Amino acid sequence: MYSEKVMDHFAHPRNVGEIENANAVGLVGNAKCGDIMKIYMDIQDNIIKDVKFKTFGCGAAIATSSMATEMVKGKTVEEALELTNKAVMEALDGLPAEKIHCSVLAEEAIRDAIEDYRKRQNA
Amino acid sequence: MSKSVYMDNNATTYLKKEVLDAMMPYYTDIYGNASSKFYAVGREAEQALYKLREKAAKLLGAANVNEIYFTGSGCEADNWAIKGVANAYKRKGNHIITSKIEHHAILGACEYLEKHGFEVTYLDVDEYGRVSPEAVEAAIKDNTVLISIMTANNEIGTIEPIKEIAEVAKKHKIVFHTDAVQAIGHMPINVRDLGVDMLSVSAHKFHGPKGVGLLYIKNGVRIDNLIHGGGQERGKRAATENLAGIAGLVKALEIAVENLDKNVEIMRDKRDKLIKGIQEKIPYCRLNGPVGDDRLCNNVNFSFQYVEGESILMMLDMNGVAASSGSACASGSLDPSHVLLAIGLPHEIAHGSLRLSVGEDTTDNDVDYIIEVLPPIIQRLRDMSPLYEDFLKGENK
Repeated sequence: MYSEKVMDHFAHPRNVGEIENANAVGLVGNAKCGDIMKIYMDIQDNIIKDVKFKTFGCGAAIATSSMATEMVKGKTVEEALELTNKAVMEALDGLPAEKIHCSVLAEEAIRDAIEDYRKRQNA
Repeated sequence: MSKSVYMDNNATTYLKKEVLDAMMPYYTDIYGNASSKFYAVGREAEQALYKLREKAAKLLGAANVNEIYFTGSGCEADNWAIKGVANAYKRKGNHIITSKIEHHAILGACEYLEKHGFEVTYLDVDEYGRVSPEAVEAAIKDNTVLISIMTANNEIGTIEPIKEIAEVAKKHKIVFHTDAVQAIGHMPINVRDLGVDMLSVSAHKFHGPKGVGLLYIKNGVRIDNLIHGGGQERGKRAATENLAGIAGLVKALEIAVENLDKNVEIMRDKRDKLIKGIQEKIPYCRLNGPVGDDRLCNNVNFSFQYVEGESILMMLDMNGVAASSGSACASGSLDPSHVLLAIGLPHEIAHGSLRLSVGEDTTDNDVDYIIEVLPPIIQRLRDMSPLYEDFLKGENK
């Protein structure tokens, strides 16, 4: 049902954890639906120097969180905003149809974190 | 991966060698069509079918051999019971009573009938999944023609008060069906002791083959024909009989009934050790369903707070353990299990459910292995969970 890449990212998720003093935090999903993603970023000079995640959800939710954080790490804020759920899915060699929403959630979590960062910058 | 532990016996069971041996002659030697009576191999099949039906009737406590109707599955038996009786009695009334925790075979058939002019009452259950006979009686109306309540629940193991509900149905002269698919092989089942009018059975839940079940229909109950096209099953379910499958069902039933006391004792012991071990080792968990004798002897169902069921299943699988969950992801829908919601669990707790169902061959070693691998899995997922993080921060405030 899942690709080897998904299984790899589920079994060995990259970037799990929290960042103390993160200057960007994204939180999407809800417990009722069974998926919550929280993304922490440390953004310095417009570059995502570090990113961590915590996810409550199924195997695909954890794997997409892991892959999405991998894909934005070291990128500029603008580059990270260009990340699409499709790109995350492709990087994972695909997801079952009923799990596509997990990749959408990962994209939204990244955007939410960056939005939070921009709000803080303007505050 | 060296160790492999099958803990999903409520989903299906392996086919016993003795059962397979009982089936084989009907594929290769007694292959005749039981309806072809003018030559020996057809007659042999016909006679074998009669004897198998007779044996099934005896094992289930049916008064007459012609009250046993073989079907292609438990789902088929359930569908037929609901739709067949509803249609046969529709001049008398169009109201059906069932519960919110029935198998989807019952709920799906009821929802179908609702689209065709029937009215269905889905009874609430208590926090342990129990249907109250008083609630059944209170739901009866002048136009009620059928009551269907499962013998034992497949997800949380609740054993329902079938005898009491059967008495209520009898008092009001309403046909009573019970889905006993999970019960056979796990508790004594005798249709006359229970007082039911109809009862569904599925062979693969008690070490029989897949693709065969039966419906007990008490003489006098009217039911529409299910499959048109031949005289099989007294003209009610046409199709050349799956004699090998039927032989497998009956052999498995015979073994299950003969060894019931011994097997129930084994399964209860493993069940209780699992429950105790998990409760001791894993904090913030909840046993779903009743405890003790009110619970199916082979069923364990826990919710683990702050984690999601499919992830638990995947990590268990990496450790060689087969289990199941009522989370939305595991059920392939947007909502978690209807049973867990019906007993009042909030969605997020229902998403974190895990069902472990033991079998008669489950060993203490298997139980110890689960109790060894499960706690670190739950901890690992909790360490990844933002809900657990919030919970810990709340604790430290």
